[in-house]
Amino acid sequence: MLLIKCPWCGYRDQTEFSAQGEAHIARPENPYDLDEEQWGDYLFFRKNPKGVHYERWVHSHGCRRWFNVIRNTASDHVHATYRPGESIPELSDEETNQPA
Amino acid sequence: MAVTPKTYSIFSLARNALNYHQGWQKAWRDAEPKRDYEVVIVGGGGHGLATAYYLARECGIQDVAVVEKGWLGGGNTGRNTTIVRSNYLWDESAGIYEHAMKLWEGLSTDLNYNVMFSQRGLLHLAHSVHDMQEIGRRGNAIYLNGIDSEFVTPQQVREMVPFINLDCRYPVHGALLQKRGGTARHDAVAWGYARAADSLGVDIIQNCEVTGFHIENNTVKGVETTRGRIGAGKVGCVVAGHCSVLAEMAGFRLPIESFPLQALVSEPVKPILDCVVMSGAIHAYISQSDKGELVIGAGSDAYLSYSQRGSFDIIEHTVGPIVELYPIFSRLKMLRQWGGIVDVTVDRSPLISKTPVNNLFFNCGWGTGGFKATPGSGHVFAHSIKAGDMHPIAEPFSINRFNTGALIDEGAAAAVAH
Repeated sequence: MLLIKCPWCGYRDQTEFSAQGEAHIARPENPYDLDEEQWGDYLFFRKNPKGVHYERWVHSHGCRRWFNVIRNTASDHVHATYRPGESIPELSDEETNQPA
Repeated sequence: MAVTPKTYSIFSLARNALNYHQGWQKAWRDAEPKRDYEVVIVGGGGHGLATAYYLARECGIQDVAVVEKGWLGGGNTGRNTTIVRSNYLWDESAGIYEHAMKLWEGLSTDLNYNVMFSQRGLLHLAHSVHDMQEIGRRGNAIYLNGIDSEFVTPQQVREMVPFINLDCRYPVHGALLQKRGGTARHDAVAWGYARAADSLGVDIIQNCEVTGFHIENNTVKGVETTRGRIGAGKVGCVVAGHCSVLAEMAGFRLPIESFPLQALVSEPVKPILDCVVMSGAIHAYISQSDKGELVIGAGSDAYLSYSQRGSFDIIEHTVGPIVELYPIFSRLKMLRQWGGIVDVTVDRSPLISKTPVNNLFFNCGWGTGGFKATPGSGHVFAHSIKAGDMHPIAEPFSINRFNTGALIDEGAAAAVAH
């Protein structure tokens, strides 16, 4: 079970949150111009990395606000959380290259 | 060189018993990797070993290596709840899971290895009007595909499981029964396929992790491993839990996310439950192993992770309904709990497919329910690799369906964890 820092409410138990997948996927500005390949790629294809993952969470049983989490998917260690629109916190080399 | 294994039989058992069991030979060789193979299979789980076996047995390709980063069957093959069934909604799924079921039915004889396949019957409980509508639709679809499927009343459920609490927080309104469903010994499936493949000349190479692909002109030429480069005419990746990691090495992405899925077993008790009971609505399913342990499958965690652990709250959400439905189990002690990483596609159907790289094939994304498909998956994948073109049963499971939109939505029939 993870302890996650909501940028608005502070540290809370993971069961209060819902994970909503990869972050920073921008909706295409011209959806009607996309071909099947591009549209499928936007909708379904994901990085799914073993290591540092930038993802979206929502504080469903709390303030119900969305935010971003940087978490290592191999160790489940949460490196940082930040609000939508905020600049992405930089990780140290050590954090980025944590052994899987 | 392959050695012809001595056939297992009642006579070999008696002969070895008289010899204090000193005379058994190893089930497979510990092969050293050669420089080149016609086909390299990445992943020594059930599906990978089955692929190698059918390549050697039915496709005439004996020059095959199976490379495995750990030990055989140490991934999801050894972590599942051993349930076998073919009661899926869509025609494409019925095609592959029923193909597997038919192979299961002759598997022990085929492999000369007892995989302890037991068609003890499988109940899928319905707890609400909505559940009843779901099993009504799916049960009829299964029946129309020529697969056994019966509706049973709560009273019939009680006859099969006398200690079930039908009128509880999760009332049982009915159930879908597949009599041919059941369980098989998961380790034995990996070992049986390994032994049979080895005897046909397949090299099984354990402790050999793939670290990259050797790709020239968009065509795969081999794999880089912790034991050196191994050349290959064709490469089949049959991994669970790490298929996105392998795809990244080959330079493309997959429509997959990976989650931990947990299971747990109780202390062994005398025979009490002689069928499999599952319930999609409350994410709990249960059966009794031949050792006597109750094997309980839980839901998956809702966040992406490769940690092979899983959360405590998921166990609580699983064990709660189990105790509610089967109060008699409330005093059982749980012995072990573990997690496996399941590679889940958005439509809950697998990927058996060509990839953007020539001669590189992927068979993955089996999500929470790959074990049941092991023989069928290996069989159609072997034929696809041989032909260089997908087998008709495998064809609909192409990665391409996420671009064309021809999804095979098995969210309901996959029964758990969604």
